[in-house]
Amino acid sequence: MTATLSIRGLRVARDGHDVIRDADLDVQPGEVCALMGASGAGKTTLLRVVAALEPFDAGVVTVAGVALHPGAVPPQSHLGSLRRNVALVFQAHALFEHLSATENVALALVHVHGWPEARAAARAHELLESLGVARRANALPRALSGGEAQRVAIARALATDPAVLLMDEPTASLDTARREGLSETVRSLADARRGVLIATHDTDFARACADRVAHLADGTIRER
Amino acid sequence: MRTTTAAACRAAFLAMTVAALAGAQERLAAGAGSRVLRWGGDAEGGAPFVEADPRNPGALRGFDVEIAEMIAKGLGRTPRFVQVAWPQLEASVERGDFDIGLSGVEDRPELRARHSVTIPYYEFRELLSVRTADSARFRSLRDLAGRRVGTLASTLAYRLLLAEQARTGLVPVSYDDDVHPFTDLVAGRLDAVLLDDIISARSSRRIAGFVVQPAPVAASYYVGVLARADSALRDSVDAILLAAMRDGSLEESFRRWSVWNVTQRAHIERVLAAPEMALGAAPSAGSATLGGYLPALIRAAGITLLIACLSMALAVALGVAVAAGRVYGGGVVRTGLTWYVEVMRGTPVLLQLFVIYYGFAAVIRLPAFAAAVVGLGLNYAAYEAEIYRGALQAVPRAQLEAARTLGFSELQVLRFVRGPLAFRYALAPMTNDFIALLKDSSLVSVITVVELTKQTAIYATNVGSWVVPGMLCAAAYLAMSLPLARVARGLERRWHVS
Repeated sequence: MTATLSIRGLRVARDGHDVIRDADLDVQPGEVCALMGASGAGKTTLLRVVAALEPFDAGVVTVAGVALHPGAVPPQSHLGSLRRNVALVFQAHALFEHLSATENVALALVHVHGWPEARAAARAHELLESLGVARRANALPRALSGGEAQRVAIARALATDPAVLLMDEPTASLDTARREGLSETVRSLADARRGVLIATHDTDFARACADRVAHLADGTIRER
Repeated sequence: MRTTTAAACRAAFLAMTVAALAGAQERLAAGAGSRVLRWGGDAEGGAPFVEADPRNPGALRGFDVEIAEMIAKGLGRTPRFVQVAWPQLEASVERGDFDIGLSGVEDRPELRARHSVTIPYYEFRELLSVRTADSARFRSLRDLAGRRVGTLASTLAYRLLLAEQARTGLVPVSYDDDVHPFTDLVAGRLDAVLLDDIISARSSRRIAGFVVQPAPVAASYYVGVLARADSALRDSVDAILLAAMRDGSLEESFRRWSVWNVTQRAHIERVLAAPEMALGAAPSAGSATLGGYLPALIRAAGITLLIACLSMALAVALGVAVAAGRVYGGGVVRTGLTWYVEVMRGTPVLLQLFVIYYGFAAVIRLPAFAAAVVGLGLNYAAYEAEIYRGALQAVPRAQLEAARTLGFSELQVLRFVRGPLAFRYALAPMTNDFIALLKDSSLVSVITVVELTKQTAIYATNVGSWVVPGMLCAAAYLAMSLPLARVARGLERRWHVS
């Protein structure tokens, strides 16, 4: 099977020292992979490199057939295919503060992918419904609880049906009950086409939802 | 005589309050039976009234200076000059800032009703100045129906023009100084200037391209003005002035300043023949009532609001462009825009208005209203740009990155995420700026736009008090700014951004 995300020989240096070095990682379609490590180990950096938000210094990152190479992050206009196929759920959600839950989900569908507004709104509603937050469709982010905001952020990430879903510390702002609910949700996100890579330091959560756990320590990845 | 600074005019309220303390101190220092005669005048008016002596800039000269010296000598006192903006002379003398105001103060019935006024010591005539090419067709105010005629605000000439406006549709244009009416006449912004013969003659020596029509439009007198309660001092001053008329010393002074003419001889003869007849002889151009001024004040408030709204629209549009350039532009663009912001913020808006209206007149001759909107708009754009730049930079990086991961181009990120969020952050300081702009719009009176504060100053000069005009003016500003502040607070609550 062809990996939907493939990292080979990745090296990321910041301020003169390697944050990540010689890292290899594959995520297959239908697979949930947890990337564990202590705070500051480089988990978020790795996700940001895959999402083409940060440059890297060596290696190759291939996402849904699109290869990223060392050097500066390519301009946004060169990243269309990658943007369609890679979605990132930020640790603090980063929902657009001035838009409702529905608008957060539908915005890119309308303005990036050219969907008619009605169709985008229907898709947004469908996603919010499937994640159990449809009743909060008109709420602004500041009115949402941590768990609700997390689900809206996932819905926004899934709007374009990406091949790779990246999640950065998804349990950071959740209580125990919501963490269990989230692990079920995450399991359901990986399907025949999509792989999920989660950066977390939450061992229980990783065990509950991941098919595979990789550890990032001292800049290198080891799988167990 | 009457060149005034707009700043002084607008600072009247503050000056009145602050000067109350200083005035009390002065009175204490002067004391009863003081050996000092404090006389008020406006040295910005220049020769032949009151001007700094070019050979000794610390000293003053002019016929009003000499009259003050004559009066002080007659009273056995030492003259001491007190600088006061011309429109404020009457209010200032009444509150005790000085003993007598002498700076081309025009006689009129309202002045006599509110203050102690000396016998008229000089008769002046209001004369029309027109471009040389128009000398045959513009001979009187009647020939100027629908035309723009400039003069100094708060003068008999201005009141004559207002009366003519009601009759023929002539357009009065008020100035804060007596030089720019003539330069604007020559430049074609005005069709005529109505000012007294002394100022007209002085300007015709300095500026070419216009002629002074000989037929007077009206005549009146210069007088000294004292506080209403100072009638005893006024009587002493009258006696001194009559003596100076009799012994020829007044004539000598007028001759020294080249303002002696046959009119003065006849005037002095009339006064000496029947001094009591010289009182109450002033012509009236209509008295000021609240009812009469209310439409003008409402119209002026409308102009203030319109200038503020249009200037703010320009400032916002330009501010957005400058801020975007400073955040997204290349090195050259950023440097250029930084210079723009620093120059506009670092120089007085009054100066900018002067440069745009008068300085650029040879290149682009903007109408006063347009120059006011452009001047204030360009100035406030610098402040808006800084607010927007700060607001753009305050949008959390995660919001921008979230938009990028969703595939938005940088322009779309600005349009759909960064811009709307920055606008919400900028709303409170923008409201603040708009209210400040509403008040700063009073500065445009220096380029002949009669807005609310200017109209109030004209009204206050006419009624001789700032109490009612000041309260009406303040109420009008509040009526415009408070609803805006309320709407802004509502929007802030609605758009509250975490």
